[in-house]
Amino acid sequence: MYVAVKGGAAAIESSWRLLEDQRRGDTAMAALTVAQIQEQLSLAVDRVMSEGSLYDPELAALAIKQSSGDLVEAIFLLRAYRTTLPRLGYALPLDTARIALLRRISATFKEVPGGQMLGPTYDYTQRLLDFTLLVEGEHRDASAPSSNPSNKLSEAGIAVHRGPLPTVPRINDLLAREGLLETPQPEMVAPPGDLTRDPLMFPADRALRLQALARGDEGWLLAMGYSTQRGYANSHPFAGEIRRGFVSVALVPDELGFEIDIGDLEITECQMINQFSGSREVPPQFTQGYGLAFGGSERKTMAMALVDRSLRADELGETRTAPAQDAEFVLSHADNVEASGFVQHLKLPHYVDFQAELELVRKLRTSHAMAKKENT
Amino acid sequence: MKSQVLLSARQVGKSFVHQGQPRWACRGVSFDLYPGEVLAVVGESGSGKSTLLRLLAARHACDEGSVHYDVQTESGNEPTGMVNLAGMSEARLRWLARTDWGFVEQHARDGLRMNVSGGANIGERLMALGARHYENLRGEAIAWMQRVELDTGRIDDLPATYSGGMQQRLQIARNLVTHPRLVFMDEPTTGLDVSVQARLLDLLRELVDELQLAAVVVTHDLAVARLLAQRMLVMKDGCVVEQGLTDRLLDDPQHPYTQLLVSSVLTP
Amino acid sequence: MIDSNYNFAFLDERTKKRIRRALLKAVAVPGYQVPFGSREMPFAYGWGTGGVQITASIIGRADVLKVIDQGADDTTNAVNIRRFFALTTGVKTTEKTAEATLIQTRHRIPELPLTASQILIYQVPLPEPLTKLEPSRQETIKMHALSEYGLMHVRLYEDIAQLGAITRAYDYPVMVNERYLMSPSPIPKFDNPKMHMNPALQLFGAGREKRLYAIPPYTPVRSLDFEDHPFEIQRWDHACALCGSVDSYLDEMIVDDEGSRLFVCSDSDYCEERRDAGHVGGQQAVHLHDALATPVINSTTTLQEAA
Repeated sequence: MYVAVKGGAAAIESSWRLLEDQRRGDTAMAALTVAQIQEQLSLAVDRVMSEGSLYDPELAALAIKQSSGDLVEAIFLLRAYRTTLPRLGYALPLDTARIALLRRISATFKEVPGGQMLGPTYDYTQRLLDFTLLVEGEHRDASAPSSNPSNKLSEAGIAVHRGPLPTVPRINDLLAREGLLETPQPEMVAPPGDLTRDPLMFPADRALRLQALARGDEGWLLAMGYSTQRGYANSHPFAGEIRRGFVSVALVPDELGFEIDIGDLEITECQMINQFSGSREVPPQFTQGYGLAFGGSERKTMAMALVDRSLRADELGETRTAPAQDAEFVLSHADNVEASGFVQHLKLPHYVDFQAELELVRKLRTSHAMAKKENT
Repeated sequence: MKSQVLLSARQVGKSFVHQGQPRWACRGVSFDLYPGEVLAVVGESGSGKSTLLRLLAARHACDEGSVHYDVQTESGNEPTGMVNLAGMSEARLRWLARTDWGFVEQHARDGLRMNVSGGANIGERLMALGARHYENLRGEAIAWMQRVELDTGRIDDLPATYSGGMQQRLQIARNLVTHPRLVFMDEPTTGLDVSVQARLLDLLRELVDELQLAAVVVTHDLAVARLLAQRMLVMKDGCVVEQGLTDRLLDDPQHPYTQLLVSSVLTP
Repeated sequence: MIDSNYNFAFLDERTKKRIRRALLKAVAVPGYQVPFGSREMPFAYGWGTGGVQITASIIGRADVLKVIDQGADDTTNAVNIRRFFALTTGVKTTEKTAEATLIQTRHRIPELPLTASQILIYQVPLPEPLTKLEPSRQETIKMHALSEYGLMHVRLYEDIAQLGAITRAYDYPVMVNERYLMSPSPIPKFDNPKMHMNPALQLFGAGREKRLYAIPPYTPVRSLDFEDHPFEIQRWDHACALCGSVDSYLDEMIVDDEGSRLFVCSDSDYCEERRDAGHVGGQQAVHLHDALATPVINSTTTLQEAA
């Protein structure tokens, strides 16, 4: 005799226990600490912070531990946590010209004021698996200089100023001063929209688009940016400047009425310089694309800058010919929390709708059969 | 005796930027079109004739001048009589485009829904206006398919399975189903086989006659102009170089460019 | 046991206020999709965040909450959501439709007619009824504003022309208050008539798409059709194997390797109430045949009803 199956709640509880076992793995091995993740998987932490839209390396590391290294799941955890945090105010715009540099390069000029600084990068390593890393214990290549002392900042969990930040002029600013690079100004009729409070509607202005790109999935933006290099709306980009380092965050609290420094952020900023354009009113100039992310997320900022530029097609009077120029297409699908949720929601029971389809298909087949019968 | 003007263009022009310089795709075009009258806009490619058509149909905004249309149907607070298209609300323009106007595209794929059947294409405007009886819609579609000489057995076939000439006939039917008073046509027969063209032109001429349609027909082919249009504009480099009665222009062209066009038509 | 680390119902009061304001707008314009600042919730997008945000914004201490998915209270996602509210509000939960003041649902409307003191909250994956015909939201906003719904009717015409019938079995488009075209969420078309002139307030939440909409009580809701191809709901040749109901939506279950089927009420509470009242079903598994393989055969049914 059929009895309706019950036990959804119990099943869920079992799945939690199994998940915890999976996360912990072999208990004979030492448990991973959040501090280890924060320190030794720092680029994963950086990505989770950028797409989670929350700068807190420790929480990002915790999310990575909790999600067994599934970064999209970790990003989701951070975003959900973010929802519960009170909004204290808005920071002043980051001044990325005042920066304690870890890395700074430009592909557009051989020599630049302030110099080219390779910093910690995979760019000039040979991609050979380093099997010495399989061995437990310290591994240090004597020829490499010791890691930048600023990294110790993240260890301490507090930001410590070491005197005033040096000013390193941006190459873009130098070009703009000569009139060679456009300096687009936002139409500041109202403050920029806040993507975390209001839904993204189209057409979206550049401020909102940049917000969406900043928290957008790196893989998606990488693919979109790549497409613009391969002829799907080619904008001939040059890496004007990529800089990574620590900038200070300042705020003007209502209670004080003046600016205070509340700490440092590690950021990577990329400014792409693209083909020149001109119009009736404006003589030819180079155009720009911009990318910004937390930590050392270089690939993300470069892809973001390429896509920022391609999404400015309408603004720059360019004909839309490619997906990377369609803001609604690019930005509606850029959020991996949304995408992951919806793709995976297909695992939820859909049998009521499937039953509806079954009934329909059976009915239509019966009509076919009856029609066939009548015709014979 | 002339009735009221249907469509009026006054010094219409559209510019764009080319290599940093402003260029006029078309400029200074003026004419009046009366009900039941067909106007041909003739010129080579690059003459600005297609741009002009789009300005007249309010698909682009004029950079200079204005286009007025004689709106007949009441709708809320919107005015009737000769209305400047630039001042019309988007809702009204879209409604106009679906009811009182037709637009036959050069490539049928641009003017049809390729992913629904011939019958659905013809019935769409009626459904947009609230028609909700399936068999009646089908009946209308069949009647129109007969009118434009399409095999009614193809009513449920997708337009992609139709030949080029059939697709154009379908496009025409789709546009005429709401009895528009004005039809814009952009090179309606170009790209079709010569014999197919001839039959289509005959059909168009019959329909225009029978339904008392006014039309603006863009074409590079003087024969099309001669067959369909009472009056003609000749365009070169965005400007109208000559305009007047078709017969007169073709038999006795005054402007050197018109003379060139006429003389270069191959005579059998 | 409430988790005191969070505000009542998880969301902060300001967010709840913003959502309620959007809801008021939605109620004022029946069927119109109101954009709202959807927040990330502890559930994945696509798993009911819209419904949860609406429930969280309107739930009060005196409410009694029922959560169902596919019509049943015991499905895993319904359990998860109900737990979430128990944890963050301490509000009484129930499985009985008649007892609930708030009902959050995915893909079904309860069989028991609702009353004016109840609110039904639907989880919506794709709020835009035109989305499969026109993916651009900019364009569909215009179409709604101008009441340009011809495209939808073209689709329905095409269904009949190609397949003989309208082939929407669920998420069947409706006209609300004869003005806005609306997606009722993926409820089977069987449930569409229940939306019409319902005494309860019906709220629809799409978290990922960031829109919500509403049908106020006693609003006309009409499923699209043609005069000569009128709207029809699903029907079965079978009764519920457990309670014998012939009026409710049935779930089909495969019970053995030969593919025998059992049909049981989708609405678990409805079925249980009927059984408590003494109704008994036939418990008869059936075999279904391919209509096109052999001459049309009627599947076997046994209807037994004890008084």
